[in-house]
Amino acid sequence: MKQTQPVIDRSNCVINIRGLEKSFGDLDVLRGVDLDLYKGENLVVLGKSGTGKSVLIKIISGLLKPDTGEVNVLGKRVDKLKGRALDQLRLKIGFSFQNSALYDSMTIRKNLEFPLVRNRRDLTRGEVDKMVEVVLDAVGLSQTINQMPSELSGGQRKRIGIARTLILRPEIMLYDEPTAGLDPITCIDINNLINEVQSRFHTSSIIITHDLTCAKDVGDRVVMLLDGQFQRQGTFEEVFDTQDERVKLFHDYNFID
Amino acid sequence: MKFHNDDDKPVRRPRAQVLSKQLDRVFTELNSIASFIGRFFKEVFMPPYEFKEIIRQCFEIGVKSLPLISLTGFIIGIVFMNQSRPSLAEFGATSWLPSLVSLAIVRALAPLVTALIGAGRIGSMIGAELGSMKVTEQIEAMEVSATNPFKFLVVSRVLATTFMIPALMMYTMLVALLGAFLNVNANEGTSFVTFFSQVFDAITFLDIFSSLFKSALFGFTIGVVGCYKGYNSSKGTEGVGKAANSSVVTAMFLVFIEELLSLQIITALR
Repeated sequence: MKQTQPVIDRSNCVINIRGLEKSFGDLDVLRGVDLDLYKGENLVVLGKSGTGKSVLIKIISGLLKPDTGEVNVLGKRVDKLKGRALDQLRLKIGFSFQNSALYDSMTIRKNLEFPLVRNRRDLTRGEVDKMVEVVLDAVGLSQTINQMPSELSGGQRKRIGIARTLILRPEIMLYDEPTAGLDPITCIDINNLINEVQSRFHTSSIIITHDLTCAKDVGDRVVMLLDGQFQRQGTFEEVFDTQDERVKLFHDYNFID
Repeated sequence: MKFHNDDDKPVRRPRAQVLSKQLDRVFTELNSIASFIGRFFKEVFMPPYEFKEIIRQCFEIGVKSLPLISLTGFIIGIVFMNQSRPSLAEFGATSWLPSLVSLAIVRALAPLVTALIGAGRIGSMIGAELGSMKVTEQIEAMEVSATNPFKFLVVSRVLATTFMIPALMMYTMLVALLGAFLNVNANEGTSFVTFFSQVFDAITFLDIFSSLFKSALFGFTIGVVGCYKGYNSSKGTEGVGKAANSSVVTAMFLVFIEELLSLQIITALR
């Protein structure tokens, strides 16, 4: 549960998607998705596995190209950007991967430094060290600085993955299944961390998940992706206040689990 | 290859159709490799330059291969000298041993052995490393942090193999000649100066230059194949294993083909 109420600027839309479609071969994954993310907001995208949730955030970060539709991020058409222009935009987007995607061959310090030393060549060694300490402290894992990713638990890896994205001070955070594969206590820790990131770093976030506890704890607004389209949206309670069997089934199974 | 018709009787697919499908796959793969090489040449000249990563890779690929290369090169020198002695002894020509062995080592053995060890050790390492980075989304993580993963991972590795295989080849050459010298010194009592003056009398600038050129080509091939297989791997951990294995097999096959072709060209030049 959120400790402090977030400041959401509904007049400032940081992500704006219209008519997004994406298919892989014969499989239509996204079929006309419209989405707005407001500044300071945590938006949860719910849906079953394989419904295209991850595809959506990969399109937002420019990792995949849409078949049709417009994807505007911070006022720029991501689907039209290339090279340096796309990289400049990516510096403002933090992407936390489902499996953390930490660089196996680097220590935690090197992992965290990597985006910084490559994109902020003006920084001194001392400034880099300071920024690494700040983000490690923010995720509560200062003691792991000289460890290798293989020495960390799943929850710690997720936290370091989030820290690595935070080091560039992004305006938008994209979380891909942040609680997948974690025990319930660690899930609560990760949910708290997502809320802390929102309030401390003033980020706007899209959280992809099928974990309803996570959706309830971190979401200011929840949308539900069914059959390649957003079928329901609103607060957590509003989304599940429906007679739609597909939505009810999703809710019931989640809490039975 | 079989499929079933309406009566559920297995029907053999026409051979021409199967062949056409296989050819199609081969040409698609070739096109994909050509695009990969094209992208390498496009990216290699464009800033930013990854000097730190290139040096790190040179260390990984070059320096860490030294123990294996040293042992192999030394043994080759000794064994080749031992195997050549009886044939020359029949004609009372054992004094030609240094010339014969040096020509064999400099022209063929050192480049080929270094490339084969490189394909085995370095090719598999690159294929497995990039393959595992691909399946664990580390390459995508690099991309979203505004780093060009092709430049950082592929260009640096291909350049490192292209520089380090010739350097390792020169080292193999020296170690193999040292092994040969120790053998000939123990058996015929040939001095260090006599041995190496015979060696340098036998070999020419073209021999050294062609071996260096061949080695650079082998190095480029090993790097490109390893990176291509790793960068395009899929299907989880199974894909990583396949990428590593396929890197070694393909690189070794291509090294032999290149050796044959370069032999023809160098013979014509000589």
